[in-house]
Amino acid sequence: MLTFRDVSYRYAGASRDCLHAVSLDVPAGRVTGLVGPSGAGKSTLCLIAGGLAPRVIGGRLIGEMRLDDEDVSGWPMHRLAEHVTSGLQDPAGQLSLVADTVFDEVAFGPANLGLRRDEILERASTAMRQVGIESLAGRDPRLLSGGQQQLVILAGLMAMRPRVLVLDEPVAHLDARGTREVLDAVAALSGTGTAVLMAEQRTSALASVADSLALVAGGNIVAQGSVAEVLDDAATVALGVEPLPEQRLRMRLRAAGLDPALLDAAPQDPAPLEPRA
Amino acid sequence: MTLLYIPERRAATPWHRLDPLTRLTVGVATMLAAVLLGGVICPLLLASVAVVLPAALAGVLRDVLRTGLLLALPLAVSVVIVNVLFATGTTEQGIAIAAEVVVRVLTMAAAAVLFYATTRPSELVASLQYHGASPRLTFVIHNGVAMIPRLAERAREVTAAQRARGLDTEGSWPRRARGVLAVAAPTVLGAVREVEARTLALETRAFARPGSRTVLWPPHDTAGQRVARWGILVALLVLFVARISGAPLPC
Repeated sequence: MLTFRDVSYRYAGASRDCLHAVSLDVPAGRVTGLVGPSGAGKSTLCLIAGGLAPRVIGGRLIGEMRLDDEDVSGWPMHRLAEHVTSGLQDPAGQLSLVADTVFDEVAFGPANLGLRRDEILERASTAMRQVGIESLAGRDPRLLSGGQQQLVILAGLMAMRPRVLVLDEPVAHLDARGTREVLDAVAALSGTGTAVLMAEQRTSALASVADSLALVAGGNIVAQGSVAEVLDDAATVALGVEPLPEQRLRMRLRAAGLDPALLDAAPQDPAPLEPRA
Repeated sequence: MTLLYIPERRAATPWHRLDPLTRLTVGVATMLAAVLLGGVICPLLLASVAVVLPAALAGVLRDVLRTGLLLALPLAVSVVIVNVLFATGTTEQGIAIAAEVVVRVLTMAAAAVLFYATTRPSELVASLQYHGASPRLTFVIHNGVAMIPRLAERAREVTAAQRARGLDTEGSWPRRARGVLAVAAPTVLGAVREVEARTLALETRAFARPGSRTVLWPPHDTAGQRVARWGILVALLVLFVARISGAPLPC
């Protein structure tokens, strides 16, 4: 489990903090979602969780970050990367460019860890199978679609067998099919016991995989709870977070003077149509 | 102009089978020797042995000669103009100096193109890491090699986007100059942002981890190649010493 306690962060050169005394638990085997308006601090929280801030991008961090009850605040990046890995928005920008095939790209992280060759091959094969990209093994990752590239990146992160996976809007650049494939892979990964922290603007996408949500606004976590608890809160919508389709329909019914309970009365599984004569 | 890696035409050729470090050693040594050697005959002999022969073996002779000529042409033309038309001595002397310089430039360009056309950047990185080079150094070298086609691709994308928004990239020279500025700025800034994003992605995959890392596909290095690499370096050193000491050259 990854734990933040009273974490504040200020970017290098900034005059004020971007995050203010944030506390959050990211439990193992579960997907913790981050929602909130643009500029709320979701991506910053992801950079901190992945160890990139302040280790790589600089800035000032106050507070405590623990991994399974061990304080990792002082760990160097390469040590943390053996346990926590991060996926970013742009899939093409995350490719190593030193790999000519998808297989080599997936094996890039484990090779950096200095593992034995047979273990790297096993890890890369397993990760590709988990994500469902075995058929792409020999393809050039630079020539794949955005969705396929994001799956390759995800497989590469999974091959490192992290205890925590941090994903910052991994489906931002993807179409519906690519989004579904990535979300399925994330759900499968959390099933293996990995703690997943995922920030996402598209609420419906996040709600389909998240076990719990944290609402980030103005550099603070203003609400935490189950997906329903956070998204059904009127304050969430007021902050500009996109409501789920069903939630939007209830709001419109209410605005039109109709009872939203009508939706609950509607048959969930309509009877099949009679065949035409 | 061909500036990308040219895949092996048939099965792996003897040249392609060499360790990329050996190919790099031959390429760099050829370029340095072309500068150190005097006259016209010596650089031509060097180019025949170290460029033409390997290029023929690798099945890329035509591409190497064509691209090498195209790369060297602008400099060669200016050298000929300066030395023949504005020579301080006789015209014959000017032609002789121009010929020496042009042969050296051609040899250097062709040697660089041969290496570039027969070595995948990833192959070079794997080889350098296998021989103990730091990952950061290999990444810088790799990006240097891979940057040209990537920047060209980005510039094409930016040009298309700017033209879609009404930028005039044709017509008079002042108009074209304005177009170049409008394309160059987003291309360079985009490249910088891409490098920043890639740095984060590499760090999170333990790229900066100290100590050894596993090379999945080790290069085909042999004792013969190791001896050849050291031999080339020693020969280069001898040539350098001979050149600065004023010893007569064989050709």
